[in-house]
Amino acid sequence: MITLNVNGRAHEVDADPATPLLYVLRNDLKLNGAKFGCGLGQCGACTVMVDGEAVYSCLTPILLLQGRAIKTLEGLGSAERPGPLQQAFIDEQAAQCGYCIPGMIMRAQALLERNPSPSDDEIRAHMNPGLCRCGTHIRILRAVHRASKTMQGAIPGGKRA
Amino acid sequence: MERTRPSKIIPALIGALAVAIGFAWAMDRHASFASTASPSSPPDATYDPTLIAKGAWLAAIGNCNTCHTASNGRTFAGGRALSTPFGTIYATNITPDPETGIGRWSRSDFLRAMQQGVDREGRHLYPAFPYDHFTHVADEDVNAIYAFLMTRDPVRAQTPANRILVPRPAIAVWKALYLKPGPLVPDAAHDASWNRGRYLVDGLAHCGACHTPRNALGAEKEREDLAGGTAEGWQAPALNETSPAPSLWTTEQLVAYLRTGFSAGHGTAAGTMAPVAHNLSTVPEVEVKAIAVYIAARMGASTGARATAAGNAPGGPGAAEWSARGEDVPVDANKATDGDAIYRTACADCHDGGRRGIALDLSTSVTDTTPANLIRVTLDGIHPREGEKGELMPAFRGALDDTQLAPLIVFLRTRFGHAPPWQDVGGEVARAKRPLESEDRKSS
Repeated sequence: MITLNVNGRAHEVDADPATPLLYVLRNDLKLNGAKFGCGLGQCGACTVMVDGEAVYSCLTPILLLQGRAIKTLEGLGSAERPGPLQQAFIDEQAAQCGYCIPGMIMRAQALLERNPSPSDDEIRAHMNPGLCRCGTHIRILRAVHRASKTMQGAIPGGKRA
Repeated sequence: MERTRPSKIIPALIGALAVAIGFAWAMDRHASFASTASPSSPPDATYDPTLIAKGAWLAAIGNCNTCHTASNGRTFAGGRALSTPFGTIYATNITPDPETGIGRWSRSDFLRAMQQGVDREGRHLYPAFPYDHFTHVADEDVNAIYAFLMTRDPVRAQTPANRILVPRPAIAVWKALYLKPGPLVPDAAHDASWNRGRYLVDGLAHCGACHTPRNALGAEKEREDLAGGTAEGWQAPALNETSPAPSLWTTEQLVAYLRTGFSAGHGTAAGTMAPVAHNLSTVPEVEVKAIAVYIAARMGASTGARATAAGNAPGGPGAAEWSARGEDVPVDANKATDGDAIYRTACADCHDGGRRGIALDLSTSVTDTTPANLIRVTLDGIHPREGEKGELMPAFRGALDDTQLAPLIVFLRTRFGHAPPWQDVGGEVARAKRPLESEDRKSS
């Protein structure tokens, strides 16, 4: 048994230590936010946070994650009560097909927790590993800028008037 | 008695230093260093297109764009910060902008800067600009580079002031000690290709700037030419007979590596070598082949770790052993800080048993003198140049914590490097994990 701390809750997982975190999240813990994209750490759809850093859950074995703080999309808010970054993505309508968006949000969350007011260059450099084949990058950038402002109280969150 | 010795040595040193600096000051504006050009000598607009094209690939061999371009900045517009033990130097704007670039430089000003390390105003240039190598470049090649640079788009971008402790006049002393001006004498014992390769390697390509160790004054150690050095935190492996490459580099492998950034028998050009390979992809193959011929000859029958590792190369007697170590071998859950277990669960999926990642037995990163490259590639991965295809390894910075990264590196060294343990893996991990803060000042 391996104990994983996901979104502040401890979970006892009965799985091979070599199992990638993504499969445990989706199949055992029923946390389906993180998506399987390429399985090679090249697209970013599976991105979650571990100890504050963006990590590809598809190639991180759970062996490495005992005692570490894992945060997934579900840890930021719910459909009923989205967190500030999720709300910013909704406000900017930053999703088209939406498959990459959970990974994009988690990668952006890691940036904003470390650097609450990133510059456009810093956001672009940090978000670079995330692929979006629909091409919503400009809206994703806007959403991260918006979240940076709402999280600091500079503008109110919620739908645009 | 012993206590009086330092009190005698220190004034003597101060005195010697004062004399040296005074000498240097006198040398700073030597009469012959006055600009050879009229105050404004606009470049000749009628360059031969063939000369410009030749200048383009020569500039690529010189890797000019890598230093003279800030991250996300305009090409050749300068502003890239070069961190040295003596302070931070900003690469200058070498576009033909008359105010902030080299637009007013005459051909002879440019030739003198390349071969003697003096700017248009007659000031010594810091040897971060590798004129200790460029001094060997033939006038006609420098002229072609001049024609190429002078026909680029001018970019108005003021180069930021250097933040460096060494005054420019002191550079005269450095030059007196370490600048060996003039062309290289061809070595009759070797063929034309070897001599062409040496001309490029020692001259324009300035390979030794990274691949040769430096002394306390920042000069390359002449007796340890190409014996391995450092480049912005990366280890530049030895390219001489002390090469740590696990298997012998052939000329063909070097050509492939230098022109595509990848050799199936050795791995990927990462870190500060990646832009070098990208530049060489634009250079006529015959020139890259000459470089490869010379480097392969310098490595010769090198004394690296290859003797022990060669047996594990594909087809070698140890090859079967890798497949037995696949990711299917069960791992115990309490082995989270065991290098072998981490390798099998996190790395073997790609690197083991001849899968898509290179077998680590072949990688110089596990046999080199320091773990710098292995740690950096593990943390940040390998990524193709923006918008281009190429080898890719994902970053493991967030996945591995410090208690896992260090044992993994130690394991890879022993298991695949077949070499004695590295000293201070923990210290190198700490250095590599320090956040990279670009000091570049890009043009807008």
